[in-house]
Amino acid sequence: MFKLFKKYLRPYLGLLFASVILIGIEAISQLILPDIMANIVNEGIMNSNIPYIFQEGAKMLLVSILSGACLVASGLFSAKAGMGFGKDTRRAIFQKVGTFMPSEFDKFGASSLITRTTNDVTQVQNSIIMMLRAMVSGPFMLIGGVISITRYDYTLTGVLLCAVPLLFMLFYFISKNATPIFKSMQKKIDKLSLVFREYLTGIRVIRAFDREKDEQRRFKEASWDLAKSSMKAHRIMSLNMPGMMLLMNFTSIFIVWVGAKSINRLNMQVGDLMAVIQYATQIMGSLMMFGLLFVMIPRASVSASRINEVLEQNPSITNEGNMKIGDIKTGEVLSFENVTFYYPGAESPVLENITFTACRGETVAIVGGTGSGKSTLVNLIPRFYDVTEGSIKINGVDIKKIPQDELRKSLGVVPQKALLFSGTIKDNILFGKEDATDEEVINALKISEAWDFVKNLPGGINSFVSQGGTNYSGGQKQRLSIARALVRKPAIYIFDDSFSALDAKTDANLRRNLREVLKDSTIIIVAQKITSIMDADKIIVLDEGKIAGIGKHDELYNICSTYREIVDSQIRREG
Amino acid sequence: MSNNMNRPPQGPPAGMPRRGPGGPPHMRIAEKPKDFKGSLKRLIGYLKPYGLKIFIVTVAAILSILFSIFSPLFLGRATNSIADSLSRNLPIDFPHLFRLLALTGTFYLLNAAFSYLQSYIMADVAQSFVYNLRCEVDEKLERVGLWFFDTNSHGDILSRVINDLDTVSMSIQMFLSQIITSAITLVGVLAIMLTLSPILTITVLITVPLTTYLTRFVAKRSQKLFKGQQKSLGELNGHIEEMYAGHKIVKLFSHEEKAIEDFCKLNEKLYDVGWKAQFLSGLMMPLTSIINNIGYVLVAVVGAFLSVTTGLTLGVIQAFLQYQRQFSQPIGQIANMTNIIQSTIAAAERVFMVLDEKEEEKDPEFPIEPNVVGNVCFSHVKFGYSPDKILIKDLNIDIKSGQMVAIVGPTGAGKTTLVNLLMRFYELDGGKITIDGVDIRHMRRRDLRRIFGMVLQDTWLFSGTIAQNIAYGKEHATMEEIVNAARMASADHFIRTLPEGYNTIIDEEASNISMGEKQLITIARAIMANPAILILDEATSSVDTRTEMLIQSGMKQLMKGRTSFVIAHRLSTIRDADLILVLNDGDIIETGTHEELLEKGGFYKKLYDSQFSA
Repeated sequence: MFKLFKKYLRPYLGLLFASVILIGIEAISQLILPDIMANIVNEGIMNSNIPYIFQEGAKMLLVSILSGACLVASGLFSAKAGMGFGKDTRRAIFQKVGTFMPSEFDKFGASSLITRTTNDVTQVQNSIIMMLRAMVSGPFMLIGGVISITRYDYTLTGVLLCAVPLLFMLFYFISKNATPIFKSMQKKIDKLSLVFREYLTGIRVIRAFDREKDEQRRFKEASWDLAKSSMKAHRIMSLNMPGMMLLMNFTSIFIVWVGAKSINRLNMQVGDLMAVIQYATQIMGSLMMFGLLFVMIPRASVSASRINEVLEQNPSITNEGNMKIGDIKTGEVLSFENVTFYYPGAESPVLENITFTACRGETVAIVGGTGSGKSTLVNLIPRFYDVTEGSIKINGVDIKKIPQDELRKSLGVVPQKALLFSGTIKDNILFGKEDATDEEVINALKISEAWDFVKNLPGGINSFVSQGGTNYSGGQKQRLSIARALVRKPAIYIFDDSFSALDAKTDANLRRNLREVLKDSTIIIVAQKITSIMDADKIIVLDEGKIAGIGKHDELYNICSTYREIVDSQIRREG
Repeated sequence: MSNNMNRPPQGPPAGMPRRGPGGPPHMRIAEKPKDFKGSLKRLIGYLKPYGLKIFIVTVAAILSILFSIFSPLFLGRATNSIADSLSRNLPIDFPHLFRLLALTGTFYLLNAAFSYLQSYIMADVAQSFVYNLRCEVDEKLERVGLWFFDTNSHGDILSRVINDLDTVSMSIQMFLSQIITSAITLVGVLAIMLTLSPILTITVLITVPLTTYLTRFVAKRSQKLFKGQQKSLGELNGHIEEMYAGHKIVKLFSHEEKAIEDFCKLNEKLYDVGWKAQFLSGLMMPLTSIINNIGYVLVAVVGAFLSVTTGLTLGVIQAFLQYQRQFSQPIGQIANMTNIIQSTIAAAERVFMVLDEKEEEKDPEFPIEPNVVGNVCFSHVKFGYSPDKILIKDLNIDIKSGQMVAIVGPTGAGKTTLVNLLMRFYELDGGKITIDGVDIRHMRRRDLRRIFGMVLQDTWLFSGTIAQNIAYGKEHATMEEIVNAARMASADHFIRTLPEGYNTIIDEEASNISMGEKQLITIARAIMANPAILILDEATSSVDTRTEMLIQSGMKQLMKGRTSFVIAHRLSTIRDADLILVLNDGDIIETGTHEELLEKGGFYKKLYDSQFSA
């Protein structure tokens, strides 16, 4: 956790310092109060000096207003520092996640990364604000208080110095026993909601397979597990309050007893005794806050370590070379040479020994069954994963040697899932090319057969798109995401099964447009529907990660049995 | 955080589910329950089994407070005895002082012991109460029909069972005893103060309205800011969610810089409102502490004045100084608690609503155990999801054992409804369904459902390994059987390419398994169950045609000698069917084989032309 603080609290050191000083002043002024109180008793009440009482009372109020003001100001500074820390840390995480490749990203998972960027940061940030006061004012009070008490009578200091270690022992005992239980409680709550969420989503299957009793057992187990832990945790926490109060109260008693002896020796006055009790109460009170740290630090440090995990995760793929792709001439634009790929830790490869080339102006189609590795193959081109063996080259340059930005600039990818971002249609198209003119945007929309519906929207290209693009149909989203790739005018287009939601007529029109406009580009198409790729220059048939055949439709149909099976299964449905 | 100092640092512990971050819990925006009185009564009713324990808690609370109220009095007497001796110029009476202090100590000890006992038992009560209520809700859910799950959002049910019940338990744990404590403290302290010195009591009371007013004032303003903070936080989270969800696309289009720029803008906005909210809520403590000190001075001044004029003893003044603090605490707490009580009752209400849901009809007392051959008959079936909208008016189907029945029809024609009725997920409004002559209502539901094996449109898998998921279809399945089933469903290959093979854990974020692959696993699961009648509801919708063919060859093996219902959108399935039922608006309008129906040139032909020819 302190690693995190060291790095991201630095800009706020000034604020923190000011805050610490103010808290110090506040602590000292709190310590003056019992003194004045003692004066009131000793001088005022004992001598029946009412004007004096008023005078001291006014002093007392002034001091407490001063201490309040310090507290307010330090609150302001620490709020700014804490929130600033949260802001910076959040930004650092967000930036880091931006460098992640899918493999690192999936290691955490989107929802876990979201929690880490938001909730975990909030947790640490709030703890800073709370901790600051507790951490500073506890020791201040302790030192100041001890000095003040010693001024009255040093034997009383002894009483206090006995009580403080006892208090810490109590904190230690509680936090040592309770913290692990609280940690496991969080896990158990997660487990319970997981079990229950599964029950809800799977209700039909569960009832159909008659497994309701098992699910109920699972739920009860998880539920009881949680209840047991909570009970344990709360039982331990039950010690907290009574224990602290007991210590505090006994300190008062001992102070009276020891103080009485002092008074008897004429070392002290009665009013002093009351002041000392006040001191002791205040010291113990602020130490109780200090004790909060024992509860909060472990919690915050769990969050901090979750944050550090993200910040310390290095992207698996970094820029190694600084080669430019250069002008694309006729010839091999994209080539796979003996590419084999294993997902990290997998026992068999997803892709094995893939070799093929795609030339300028060529359309290469990739077909194959579910799980045959089509999408994986396509994910290797933008370097979402690095090949395990072999190499991929663009314009003769190994893609590992090209900076990622440069590499991706040469690609126009339309992914399987047409995902749009909130904003306008234009914003979404500009995603492909930031400085595109309206004309270019409209042109791209026209080619992707999206213009017809976009122009009829009330806002035209400035129409609103909701998060994920949920206010458009699947086919519309696909066309917009195609336009987003088109506006880039890259050397290589990759369509990963991106015509699936289009009806037959749009599909045909779109393909005709692409053929015309993209005649100088290289196109890689992953497709389910044979009809959409029958006219490709090259069809690559994948079967269980290996190439089962490469060629044109007619040749493949005759020589490749896998391809024939696919074609037959679809042509039959047309017949 | 108005009373950080006073509240035991047990706060909402780390164990609380991750609710929206932001304001401290008591700053949460309070909701109003619908029927406060009724729901409160009911909640108390649920607490009845713990009556004895709660009684003990109450007694313990009263005792602990009594001891804590009286102890300052004795400590005050101790001081008095010192002052007395001094003013009379006598040596301090140490034995007497010792007795007084010992008595005070005993009181403090008893106070601590009872207060510990009270919260110890309360932990028991709160947790078992919630555990039992949770189980009751779970058992209830077993008895409610599917309509409940179909008409309520899962997130909503989930938050009732997890979060709402958690809120209730938290409130019981922390606040039930606090309410008792605060109330008794107030009354007790007030009574003692009055007996000691009415004038000083009034002095203490002067600051009370000031505290309550200030609490309200700050709370109101900071609520506003917290709402603003919640809103910016929401916007920022939305942006983060969106960018993380579209991570690949952001990278593909090199949009990282722009995303960070937008992020910074929102982040800045959150910071702006965030520190203000934090600051304002932080005002609470210094302000109450100033007011407390004002009270302190007032008591001192008035006390001193009284001691001069009426000879009020020093001990009484000292006792009052402590009472003054004891008195201001519960007032702040009670002000806080009204919000918490309201949202607790509202949470409890939402749970009660689940418990009040209508239940499924009970299983028959003397169930017939079917000996299934596989003849299925729908006769004069009438059904609607709501009584005023009858979907199926009069449905008659007669299916012989071993037949494969394809059900086709446009969306909303009632295809899935047939499955719902067959498995008795929903009850008929008229007519009956029989399996081998036995009315399904005369069987136990579990016996009925064991007859079927089904693969549904949405691929449900639970978190666990792939092997465990396939084994869901059959208890005590061997690894060999599992692999066999996977092979028959053509899932074996892709499973082996996964990092952990059959031991790969499927969870909500399993991103290395596609929809199609999940579908294959559910098919393997159905194969595993080896049922008498199969139901395939769009079972292969997200599998490509070639894989579908592979599955179908396996399925054909499985379907041999079994009655099967296939809700199909693909031609290949329909062609092989022994019987095609064409549904429209809930009624069967045509039946026959593929060829017969095509020849007929009716609705099927039209549907077929529009839907099945690419």
